[in-house]
Amino acid sequence: MADDLQTLLDTLAPLLVDGSPHAVALGFKLERIEPDVAEMRAPYRDDLIGDPDTRVLHGGVVTALLDHVCGLAAISGLGGKHATATLDLRLDYMRPAEPGRDVVAIARCVRASGLFAFVSAIAHDGDETDPVATAAAAFMVTRVSQEAAEKARRAFGQISKVEEE
Amino acid sequence: MSPLEPLLSSPYVQMMRVRFDGHGDELTAILPYADTLVGNPLIPALHGGAIGAFMEITASAALLAGTRLAALPKPIDVSVDYLRPARPQDVYARGIITRQGARVANVRVEAWQDRRAAPVAALHGHFLIKPEGEG
Repeated sequence: MADDLQTLLDTLAPLLVDGSPHAVALGFKLERIEPDVAEMRAPYRDDLIGDPDTRVLHGGVVTALLDHVCGLAAISGLGGKHATATLDLRLDYMRPAEPGRDVVAIARCVRASGLFAFVSAIAHDGDETDPVATAAAAFMVTRVSQEAAEKARRAFGQISKVEEE
Repeated sequence: MSPLEPLLSSPYVQMMRVRFDGHGDELTAILPYADTLVGNPLIPALHGGAIGAFMEITASAALLAGTRLAALPKPIDVSVDYLRPARPQDVYARGIITRQGARVANVRVEAWQDRRAAPVAALHGHFLIKPEGEG
């Protein structure tokens, strides 16, 4: 069962970050997606600096990273077959990320049942035990998100058809 | 010099192309639509993280406009409620300072698109501030 989910997640993986223009624009990279867990990296980049005096990444980059990685953990937690909408996202900024270092976020789906998934995440810049930020988020399978998932499946179907031909 | 100058010179704020429109003591932040803000092209909806980040920038702007600060406000915690999908078009936001102490301010922000009365997202958060002239 878990193997089936991992196979499905492996199939989805290329779409989950590279299919999101904002994630691409910020240079996010998927590190792994497994049952209930997702990990994603934000590169240190000059155009993502918040304060030119300190050269620390803007909090908004960490926000976008945690929002995205929590969404991926929710999709995984719900079995990879549903698309989700974020209900809320709570972020605690523990300390500024070290200038020059990438930020990596790891999200775990704590509970998924029916239409809802609850996720917790940390972001760190090299040491998982010394986080830059933590997050808690709730997700829901909505009519709009399901319609989008259906479109993705159709697009996917077309892609595999093309490959067969 | 505009009190918003430190924010406007931030590379990330420039990359997001956030602008501000001030009328008297009312300040509206504008996130102009760009294809790179889309989170899910299939809905299509703007990225929740982009909306969250835009509201954090709006909160900083409200604080900079409200008091003379020696540095950019730093977020301590923020909580974002996503109320409806943000469509591929411009987003507006306004921040209200709920409480401002010597070191910490509590700010609320609402973001909307077509109708101010139907916000797409709301944020509240605590920000560390450093008023000018204090150690």
